[in-house]
Amino acid sequence: MSADVQLDEVWIRFGDFVAARDINISIRQGEFFSFLGPSGCGKTTLLRAVSGFLQPSQGRVSIGGRDMAGIGPNKRPTALIFQNLALFPLMTVWENITFALEVRGAGRAARRKKAEELLELIALPGQGEKMVSELSGGQRQRVAIARALAAEPSVLLLDEPLSALDLKLRQHMRTELRAIQRRVGITFIYITHDQGEALTMSDHVAVMSHGVIEQVGDGNSIYNRPESAFVASFVGENNLFSGTVAATDDAYVTVDSPAGRLRARHAMRGGKAQLAAGDSAFVFVRPESLKFAAGASSASAEASSTEASSSTGALDNRIGARIHQQEFEGNFWQVFCDVDGVDKRVKLSMVNDGASMGRGPGEEVTLGFNADLAVALPQGELAAE
Amino acid sequence: MFAYWQNFFRKHGAALSVFLLASVGFWIFMMILLPQAFMLDFSLRANVPPPKWGSDAHHYTAEHYRYMLYGSAQSVDSYNFVDLSVFARTIVAAIFVTLIDLALCYPVAYYLAHAATGGWRRLMVLSLIVPFWVNELLRAFAFKIMFGGNGIINNALLWLGVIDQPYDFIRNSVALYSGLSYAYILLMIFPIYNAVESLDRNQIEAARDLGSPWWRIHKRVVIPHAKPGITSGCTMVFMLTAGALAAPQILGGPSSLWFTQIIYQAFNQAGNWARGSAYAIILLVVCILFVLLMMRVFKVKLGEIAR
Repeated sequence: MSADVQLDEVWIRFGDFVAARDINISIRQGEFFSFLGPSGCGKTTLLRAVSGFLQPSQGRVSIGGRDMAGIGPNKRPTALIFQNLALFPLMTVWENITFALEVRGAGRAARRKKAEELLELIALPGQGEKMVSELSGGQRQRVAIARALAAEPSVLLLDEPLSALDLKLRQHMRTELRAIQRRVGITFIYITHDQGEALTMSDHVAVMSHGVIEQVGDGNSIYNRPESAFVASFVGENNLFSGTVAATDDAYVTVDSPAGRLRARHAMRGGKAQLAAGDSAFVFVRPESLKFAAGASSASAEASSTEASSSTGALDNRIGARIHQQEFEGNFWQVFCDVDGVDKRVKLSMVNDGASMGRGPGEEVTLGFNADLAVALPQGELAAE
Repeated sequence: MFAYWQNFFRKHGAALSVFLLASVGFWIFMMILLPQAFMLDFSLRANVPPPKWGSDAHHYTAEHYRYMLYGSAQSVDSYNFVDLSVFARTIVAAIFVTLIDLALCYPVAYYLAHAATGGWRRLMVLSLIVPFWVNELLRAFAFKIMFGGNGIINNALLWLGVIDQPYDFIRNSVALYSGLSYAYILLMIFPIYNAVESLDRNQIEAARDLGSPWWRIHKRVVIPHAKPGITSGCTMVFMLTAGALAAPQILGGPSSLWFTQIIYQAFNQAGNWARGSAYAIILLVVCILFVLLMMRVFKVKLGEIAR
């Protein structure tokens, strides 16, 4: 499929501040693409550059193969959904929805008809005569989507539109948004700081930090194969062991850390090795990749934890630890352990298999993980934190 | 009701409560109701010198209202064209001045609220306000000098070759309309500015993003939002312009009488307080009715203006 939205070497500066640095992104027609990053990382700035509210200081934004330089937001084939929605409070719902058609000079009858179609699409049939203030948060959300879709854009831009909703509604709207996107088949570009939203809805996610794209990929590769320490720590939970690289090859890195010598995957970035012997590095291990290993742990616990006993032989890394606290979350046990020389408590997630956990606070245990489920990355900007 | 006052006194204490009630009462009664009541009373009585006030000669009559209409206390044969035409011209001119002010102030207010930033905005607001520290009469005289036969405007136009002899801005009411338009400009700018400023910027951007040209953004988004401010500004400018005295007195040409000048003459030159009061009441009532009519036409509620 062709590239629908393309950013080539885009830089955006505000005085001395660089909001976006050398951005190269290619978004395909019909995909759900998310920019994920903490607030202030430049993702909204990029969105404004695509929608036309600001011109990049340098570089090229093209939509549908057309260079957008000098084309204002009212002339671009994009429609933007604002964080606060920015519905027009003095117009009825149907007038809001068909504002784009009114601008194009469509007659009242045609607009009414289109409004009903769109109200059908967003599951609010017959609500056109209401004022925006009479709708609930979720309904307003959908009206904002309908208003943007009425402009028949080839790209829909969404600036954290779910952030004002409560958790339950937000999760519901994720599914809804994804369904609407599949139905209309146009490109969605979604801005969020919520990794859950980005991972569940998107075909591709670009993780941003300080105006730089850290990694682009589908949810799976962002979560399982982070290419930078920022991505590994920002997306999902991760245990982090700081250390110095002892040896490296293309596939694995050995890091000497206070928790011992650890072996982990060597993450390539742009096909290049990132670590060499002597570098400072972080080893990241997801809580769900950590296991209780046999050894220092008690016999009774081993009997109850089939997972641990079955994989004991294969674990590449072992760390001595002491259980600090355990939390029962229903489907998961979350176990927090102290490891000598590691500042932050190490977290282990264990699926609840119905049996009791069989371990208690203060108990000495051995944690283990496979090298393939851990990744070593240069410390980069996270080193100071 | 009793509970309300009990609560009011408990909340503010006896001394403060008495002060609040007394000052509000003084304001409403002495400064609003009483003068209007006296005016109304005067306007409905025969015109007699002060020593005879209260005597039989000071009886109730509608003759001053009749005079406004017919130019005579008794006959109804001909209309009082002099006063009526001055009255009509005053109202029309006040409407005209209001529209000029609206046309001038809406863009300025919008610019101040949504385009100007920081220091630049403060400087602009100051430069709007500072000239009004000068007395109203002095400002009117300044206009008179500027627009005079030898004034800076005529001289500039002569120098530029636009005209070959001085244009009489005073006689042709240009000076009057300019002076009146300027006199109450702040009362137009600030209500509109306040209203426009409270508009969420994203709404303007949303309209633009949906393809709207600038004029439609104003028509459909900004102006509807700012309507209470616009109405408030228009009402104040219209009322004050129709009731202005200093500017017409100083800047008006010999042939362009303002209705307030007729009222002034009745009080101060003709010694006819009764007729002056009647004319003042007529001006007040007609202006209020006109404003209410306009509010109905533009679908604005009184409460919105007071916001």
